[in-house]
Amino acid sequence: MDVTIIHQKVVWVILGMGLVTYVPRWFPLVLLSRRNLPQWLVEWLDLIPAAILSALLVPELVTSGMTRHISLWQPELWVALPTFIFALKTKSLGGTVVIGMALFWLAQSII
Amino acid sequence: MSDSISPARQHDLKTSILQGLSAAWPICLGYIPIGLAFGVLAQKAGLHPIEIMLMSILVFAGSSQFIAVSMLSTGAGAVSIIITTFAVNLRHLLMSSSLAVFLGNTTRKKLSLFAYGVTDESFAVNHTRFSRNNWSVDQALVVNHTANIAWVLSSVMGGYSGRFIHEGAFGIDYALTAMFICLLIFQLKGRFYVITAVIAGVVAVILSLIIPGSSYIVLASIFAATTVLGIKRWMLR
Repeated sequence: MDVTIIHQKVVWVILGMGLVTYVPRWFPLVLLSRRNLPQWLVEWLDLIPAAILSALLVPELVTSGMTRHISLWQPELWVALPTFIFALKTKSLGGTVVIGMALFWLAQSII
Repeated sequence: MSDSISPARQHDLKTSILQGLSAAWPICLGYIPIGLAFGVLAQKAGLHPIEIMLMSILVFAGSSQFIAVSMLSTGAGAVSIIITTFAVNLRHLLMSSSLAVFLGNTTRKKLSLFAYGVTDESFAVNHTRFSRNNWSVDQALVVNHTANIAWVLSSVMGGYSGRFIHEGAFGIDYALTAMFICLLIFQLKGRFYVITAVIAGVVAVILSLIIPGSSYIVLASIFAATTVLGIKRWMLR
């Protein structure tokens, strides 16, 4: 393998990216895990997963494009409905992934 | 499940590994197409497979890697790429805070190793299991590192051969979306969680339309959790 074409700039970028990504992952774990947190903070943190998953998911379903715009006629949204019902009924993570993929594949081949 | 002895202690290493693997496979399934796509893009942007591997090992955060590669290919400066990465990955701060509640008895060394593998997906899978009280840091570490291996291998493979894999095959592009749908349902443990998810979803959509980048994720999450905590405290006063 020819290693001479590795660029110095790229390596510095990667090292910098690694550092600024690791610190926010590490800091709260070390800072918060050994303390007795106030009740309001525990409750607030308990709401965070539902919030963050929804904030990650919903824009993917109803918007598209590099500069985002509302897009309600995309398969992402319409496949999500049966996938949601399947997940609600079965509570199976693996099953939901497989069903979601199959439906999305089907939707894409129809459109 | 509700023994006085922590169930985690009863597991030996082998069970931990097996349970970790069975929790991790949906994540891996979702990472493979994204890793391949990342590898292809990175290779097109002029990155050597060693650079691709280095980035996937040291950064291990999908969306920021995509952004970095496209910025590299347009000739952006190192500092602006690193600042963008920081902004995109700042959401892990919230995830690690939320996970910290469950990791009180963990050594700093293990926490530091665990921190490396906190991604959107591993966070959601581990948090769900920690909050059901049948998960230990060892099992969570297996999840993180299995996902990590899938990510690194698929991105390097993409750098070599991804262009031969047909795009969109088997609906695999939808794997992570379907996973998030199910993980979100696991989190809807009561009406306050449902209200939180609705507010976060609506606010995230609105913010994503008006502010560029991915800061809408953190802003919408903080807004939704704070609002609902306020409502909850006010109602129960």
